[in-house]
Amino acid sequence: MGARDLIQTFFLGELRQGLSVTLRYLFSPKITIQYPEEKTPISPRFRGLHALRRYPNGEERCIACKLCEAVCPAMAITIESAEREDGSRRTTRYDIDLTKCIFCGFCEEACPVDAIVESHVIEYHGETRGDLHYTKQMLLANGERYEADIAEARALDARYR
Amino acid sequence: MEASVLHFFEWLWGPYWSTLWAWFKPVWPLIWVIMKIVAILVPLLLGVAYMTYAERKILGFMHVRIGPNRVGPLGLLQPIADGLKLFFKEVILPTKADPALYFMAPALAMAPAVAVWAVVPFFDGVVLANLDAGVLFLLAVSSLGVYGVIIAGWASNSKYPFLGSIRSAAQMVSYEVAMGLALVCVLMVSNSLNLTDIVHAQGRGIFADWGVGALSWNWLPLWPVFLVYLISGVAETNRAPFDVVEGESEIVAGHMVEYSGMAFAMFFLAEYANMILVAAMVTVFFLGGWLSPVGFLPDGLPWMLAKMSLMLFLFLWLRATFPRYRYDQIMRLGWKVFVPVCLIWIPVVGVWMMSPFNIWE
Amino acid sequence: MDLKTIIFYVFAALLIFAALRVITARNPVHAALYLVLAFFNAGGLWLTLQAEFLAITLVMVYVGAVMVLFLFVIMMLDIDIKRLRQGFWRNMPLAATLGVLMVAEMALVLSTDYFGPVAFPGTKMGADYSNTRELGRLLFTDYVYPFELASIILLVAIIAAVVLTLRRRKDVKHLDPVQQVAVKHSDRLRVLQMPAEKEGE
Repeated sequence: MGARDLIQTFFLGELRQGLSVTLRYLFSPKITIQYPEEKTPISPRFRGLHALRRYPNGEERCIACKLCEAVCPAMAITIESAEREDGSRRTTRYDIDLTKCIFCGFCEEACPVDAIVESHVIEYHGETRGDLHYTKQMLLANGERYEADIAEARALDARYR
Repeated sequence: MEASVLHFFEWLWGPYWSTLWAWFKPVWPLIWVIMKIVAILVPLLLGVAYMTYAERKILGFMHVRIGPNRVGPLGLLQPIADGLKLFFKEVILPTKADPALYFMAPALAMAPAVAVWAVVPFFDGVVLANLDAGVLFLLAVSSLGVYGVIIAGWASNSKYPFLGSIRSAAQMVSYEVAMGLALVCVLMVSNSLNLTDIVHAQGRGIFADWGVGALSWNWLPLWPVFLVYLISGVAETNRAPFDVVEGESEIVAGHMVEYSGMAFAMFFLAEYANMILVAAMVTVFFLGGWLSPVGFLPDGLPWMLAKMSLMLFLFLWLRATFPRYRYDQIMRLGWKVFVPVCLIWIPVVGVWMMSPFNIWE
Repeated sequence: MDLKTIIFYVFAALLIFAALRVITARNPVHAALYLVLAFFNAGGLWLTLQAEFLAITLVMVYVGAVMVLFLFVIMMLDIDIKRLRQGFWRNMPLAATLGVLMVAEMALVLSTDYFGPVAFPGTKMGADYSNTRELGRLLFTDYVYPFELASIILLVAIIAAVVLTLRRRKDVKHLDPVQQVAVKHSDRLRVLQMPAEKEGE
């Protein structure tokens, strides 16, 4: 340890170097996003709350092929199907347990008719465990509510599919 | 001051004053002392509350974020919200704890932290007790703060608190030695144990005569000792980077692990009161207390507060900058660096004072 | 009975209570804490005698440092109270005899005129009288040789304690913080300047 090091130690050279860094950041502009008022931009591929879509004429898209149920790695989807009066195959039950779901988006990928999708909605909650068990009616309602957003996101992403 | 306060009461109560005064006269000295204590404690506790706010804000800013800003304008009511929350939370007593000591510990941590303020001079003559042995009182009472931590750790009957209390005992004892030795130099040059006299002694010297009083304060001639005292002060208050007592990555929260609600808040308050105290002590011993740094500005309480704020900012700044010390390095710093530095500087100052270059005449 | 006497009796009563609890408390940590209380009250008694320097030093040294280390050790011991109390009645006669003997000796010494409860002539000092200054003056003038002698003895004790406890164990993987702290970035990292090279040359 030479004389220079000793002087450096006595006048806290290295400590001052560190302190100057934090002091600089004290005055630098802050990068905080103030959440409820400000939000970070979301990718069109963002995977949030699930929704079941309908065709523009009001017919539900889902054809009960159960590909999503098969692909779901968390086994969060439960589907039961039956024949409707007009002879088409439709779901009688389409439940997603959001407490199981890992939001991987495989259901969306597997769906041949773009029926099950994941919307950009992240602001939802359940006060009991059962509240996060989404039934077919709830998922269809989601689809109706967010159809505009969902369609826009699909359109933006369509080029890359 | 006493007369003007009495005068104010006389004006307040008007014609009833003479009857009231006849009752109150025997106990008036007691009331007067209590009023002075309240006048010190209330700003102190407010300062403690807003110290937590300042800490969160400044740490936030140094982390390039904003810090609390939701409760009240700029988040200014945050400490009050926190206080209310802690006040209404349940105080939990662990089953195998020692109940009496468990509840005594927060009080033992808090009491010394506020009792020391009795001897802190805020301005010439504005001090609760102008003790002749003020420095000794300060060292004695501030060394009692460790009991709160040790007892809390032992009475909780739990591993992490116990480790925290053992660390704290070893650390406090080591750094008190360095702190005491650092103060010996200050006592030598100011020739008094009285805190008011120590401040006055810093106002004398060649530089003070030239009008730059800031250079005649103790920090410059006693630079190594100043550093030792400052850093030991940080270690004494268990602040980062010396916060091994409550190092959250190692022992969760040390002695405070089992505490909740108001009992926890007491430890918190004590820690911040100690911080403000160390800031005040550094100001009094090394930065000239209420003295003005330049000749043409008057001395006064604002200088004292400004210097204390600077020191407190430094504490937060240190916390934002440095990672926690490892325990053996803390011990090495205390015993192998600080104590020798002080022991060397004491004879140096002694020789200096006896030489013709004495600047403290 | 004036205020000072009342304060004296309060301190004295607390002191005796705390001292009794030191030897009767079952839990050693409680006993140590009662000893702290006893020191405090002794300090308070000294304060009433205007010996503020001694009082504060007592608190600082014994309460602030010695008892902390005491607690440090006691807390880490795993004390089995049952086993400690096993030989109590067997040792009782000897201990009681010794105790009575000591009390008698102390009574004999303290009841002489030399230590008797005489009124102190010097307790009424002026407002500017500084106990600290007087003690310092006495220590460094009249009693400077005993003082230096005592400090040398203490120094010898410190060095002896260090020498006796200092042993270097060879089988422990030990890090030397001095070396670690002294490391510079240049010891660990070498920045090389290399000339740029074109591919295929």
